Amino acid sequence: MPLQAKLQSVDSISHVETGVLHSPFHSRTSALNINQQWSVWNGFASAIYYGDALLEYFATRNACAVFDVSPMRKYRFQGVEVEAMLNRMVTRDVTAQKVDTVAYNVWCTDAGRVVDDGTLFRLANDEFMLCCADPCLDWFLLSAVGFSQVEITDISDAVASLALQGPTSCALLKAMGFDGIDHCKPFQIMRFPWNGGDIMISRTGYTGDLGYELWLDPGLAEPLWDALFEQGRVFGIQPLGDESLDMARLEAGFIAPDVDFHGALHTVELHHDHSPFELGLGWIVNFKKTHFTGRAALEREKASGNYRRLVKLDIEGNKPAENSVLYADSHCRREIGYVTSAMWSPVVKANIAYGLIEAKYADGEIWAEVYHQKELRWYRKVARCLKVSKPFWSPERAKQTPPPDC
Amino acid sequence: MSEHYDAIIIGGGHNGLTCAAYLAKAGRSVLVLEAAAQLGGLGATREFAPGYRASVAHTLPQLGRQLVADLDLEGHGFRLANASLPTIALGQDGRHISIGDDSLLGVSAQDEAAYGNYRALLQRFAAALNPFWHKCPPMVGSRGVKDMATLGQFGWKLRTLGRRDMREIMRMMFLPAQDLMDEYFENPLLKAALSWDANVGSKLAPRSPNNAVLALLYRMSGDIGGDLPLPAGGVGGLIEALAASAGKHGAELRIDSAVSRVLLEDRRACGVELANGDLVSASTVVSNADPKTSFFKLLGARHLDVQFTHRINRLRTDGLVAKLHLALDGLPTITGLERPDGRMILAESMQAIENAFDRAKYGDFATQLPMEVVIPTLHDPALAPEGKHVLSALVQYAPCRVSGGWAGRREAFLEAVLNSLVRYAPAIREQVVAIELLTPEDLEAQFRVTGGHWHHAEFAIDTWWMNRPTYGASQYRTPVEGFYLCGAGAHPGGGIMGAAGANAARAILKET
Ligand SMILES: Cc1cc2nc3c(=O)[nH]c(=O)nc-3n(C[C@H](O)[C@H](O)[C@H](O)COP(=O)(O)OP(=O)(O)OC[C@H]3O[C@@H](n4cnc5c(N)ncnc54)[C@H](O)[C@@H]3O)c2cc1C
Repeated sequence: MPLQAKLQSVDSISHVETGVLHSPFHSRTSALNINQQWSVWNGFASAIYYGDALLEYFATRNACAVFDVSPMRKYRFQGVEVEAMLNRMVTRDVTAQKVDTVAYNVWCTDAGRVVDDGTLFRLANDEFMLCCADPCLDWFLLSAVGFSQVEITDISDAVASLALQGPTSCALLKAMGFDGIDHCKPFQIMRFPWNGGDIMISRTGYTGDLGYELWLDPGLAEPLWDALFEQGRVFGIQPLGDESLDMARLEAGFIAPDVDFHGALHTVELHHDHSPFELGLGWIVNFKKTHFTGRAALEREKASGNYRRLVKLDIEGNKPAENSVLYADSHCRREIGYVTSAMWSPVVKANIAYGLIEAKYADGEIWAEVYHQKELRWYRKVARCLKVSKPFWSPERAKQTPPPDC
Repeated sequence: MSEHYDAIIIGGGHNGLTCAAYLAKAGRSVLVLEAAAQLGGLGATREFAPGYRASVAHTLPQLGRQLVADLDLEGHGFRLANASLPTIALGQDGRHISIGDDSLLGVSAQDEAAYGNYRALLQRFAAALNPFWHKCPPMVGSRGVKDMATLGQFGWKLRTLGRRDMREIMRMMFLPAQDLMDEYFENPLLKAALSWDANVGSKLAPRSPNNAVLALLYRMSGDIGGDLPLPAGGVGGLIEALAASAGKHGAELRIDSAVSRVLLEDRRACGVELANGDLVSASTVVSNADPKTSFFKLLGARHLDVQFTHRINRLRTDGLVAKLHLALDGLPTITGLERPDGRMILAESMQAIENAFDRAKYGDFATQLPMEVVIPTLHDPALAPEGKHVLSALVQYAPCRVSGGWAGRREAFLEAVLNSLVRYAPAIREQVVAIELLTPEDLEAQFRVTGGHWHHAEFAIDTWWMNRPTYGASQYRTPVEGFYLCGAGAHPGGGIMGAAGANAARAILKET
């Protein structure tokens, strides 16, 4: 059972010259990125916003928008023991996952702390694709120790991917000739011949709205982008950058790595990592299935009830509680946690946030100490927070098959 | 599954048999399933040539009186053929050193005086450590009363050595053997022989740091005779007594019964499946197999956590000791030695041992191979036809995976072994009737021990006491409820002493 790291040869690391790598859509995204505002995601240039973040955000909620997810890390798992291997790694029951479906998953250390989260695509009985925001190959190789005939390949660069999200997304795909896409259920996968190649479409996304992710050969990337924008004009299509996606995911109740949580392998201090229960992911921890890594620790944690809670907060006022410390009282005497993400939500018309709260204060009052600026002058306000159990934004159309208006 | 037992023990090595005997003695119903056609594992006495018998392990420096008494092994036929073999450091010039329990012949007065001090000190240290080999290790990070008590006792036991000795043992424990020898002695032959027990069986040579002196003290843990007892009938004599004792207490022992996997119900061990497809159920399943075999082959990684599995996978299990059995049609003559009736160490200096180690480190073997040679038939003639003899030798160092593969290099290795012997016993080749050479790879295949490793997994500081074989499985219990370890891979380690088996039985009796 050898562990091996496959390192790239020095010659193949082209971004040493350019500073960043280019996704297969770069010729198109860079043309649209009129402000040249880029962040770097796994070494790739990723647009922060193209023209105006709010305009893009409203497109995902009222029309449709396209986000280039190609920098996401994608891994292929193949082999006869692959189901057993993955089932023992992630917290959900992989044996119950049907071919051509997708399942959101987390995987934990032996101590039940989250290593990372991602989406698991079952492509065949013995073939899966696992997508996560950050590289995780070392953990996957470790998780394959003791299993024979499991082949894990980093296919990140071999697959281009786009997220098309928003209420008109289905209608646009239909108009482009993806017949039957309206019958694709949430978390289902469909495949289509397109332009001499194949495109895999999954009804998944990170915005909480109706939406799809398209997976294709990098050679098809530019023609697909062009076709989307040509046909998409009447569907209100816009490109989507990091900023607007971050707004949408927060409204949708999705957590972000390195924002709302740190992977257990990347933290130094004790308790700076998280269990799935702390992150509100208890619903994907399946104790009815066979053994999985971290199970014993998670069973103990659940039974104790002694874990922090990442809660959704509706905060009074309209000043985003960014970086706020949370208290059990309006006098800020008892500190009980802190805000991980916060924003004013334009669609919900509410001041929303996630807060990580100490276990024993989870059911009591929560107050946020909010700092905000007016013309460079700082103001402080203590705002009452109400816990919300459902995602802030979850329109019916996101669940309907066929979706409305297509 | 018609049959049910309180406990099934996978493997009838001496530790499996010891565990079985203690459990049965406490009233548990016990079934031992041994894959081989014979009980005993590395301790089995086998006929390696018609009329000639030997066991892979040949001497009993670690066996304790307690075990012999608890299981009434003498009542079941256990005997020593010699209560204490002297160690003879063979010189190529025929000038040898003889190291007895209370005597040292063939060295300078200075070395002789130093030896007295050295031996007294080591014996005090070995005695201080001894109780810990026979106790369940505490759990890392536990604040449980028992665990704290064990830790406390360890500290206290060392304290009773007195302040000077305590500081000294803390200094010495992790020294390379060479540092210890150089500190006390001048004679290269003496130093080579005395360093032998610190390194044999581990991936260590005289210059290796980590735990050589600890290993040496571990090798001094027995008290059934003098320094180096030789059992009658080979170690198989002990095995037969253990089996008889276990049987008398009601344990059932089956040979030719390889277990293919441990069965689980609700993630709890509930029985085993045999290679022939038979199923047997049990409340507790105990493995005498090495940790890698136990966790990977018998249990399966899918029932264990990722990081735990990784630690088991990273255990160092490549053995470095080969075993040679020669059937001889007469007693060999060793130059300058009246009677080859001791344990002979064939190594002219620590440097010679180090040189052989260096080759093995890189997957090769030396032309001059240091070894430990015993001729058991001098004390126990029944092991060979009348007037004939058996030569039993531990040969270092033989890499578990030799570069080029053992199939193509066996002959060359055997030649190197025989040539190394001939330097001391020039006429021995003519006396050889039959040869059995067991490389670590052969030991792995024939005795089902991963890597053919003496200790089932390296005996070293990182795999010692509360970390043996690794945390999460160091109290004999494992992450899988109802599944226990009782072999050399568990605390305290390898060597014929039955401590792992006895400790495991105590842990099981307390918990189930
Ligand atoms: C070359 C060599 C020389 C040695 N010399 C000495 C010496 O002189 N003195 C000394 O004290 N120590 C010596 N040792 C060390 C000692 O032999 C071992 O540490 C000791 O035998 C370990 O005992 P055990 O009962 O734990 O395991 P083992 O003796 O290895 O027994 C394990 C048993 O489990 C069985 N088994 C494994 N898998 C299965 C399965 N799936 N189903 C059923 N059965 C199974 C095996 O067949 C075997 O019988 C030597 C070791 C080696 C390698």
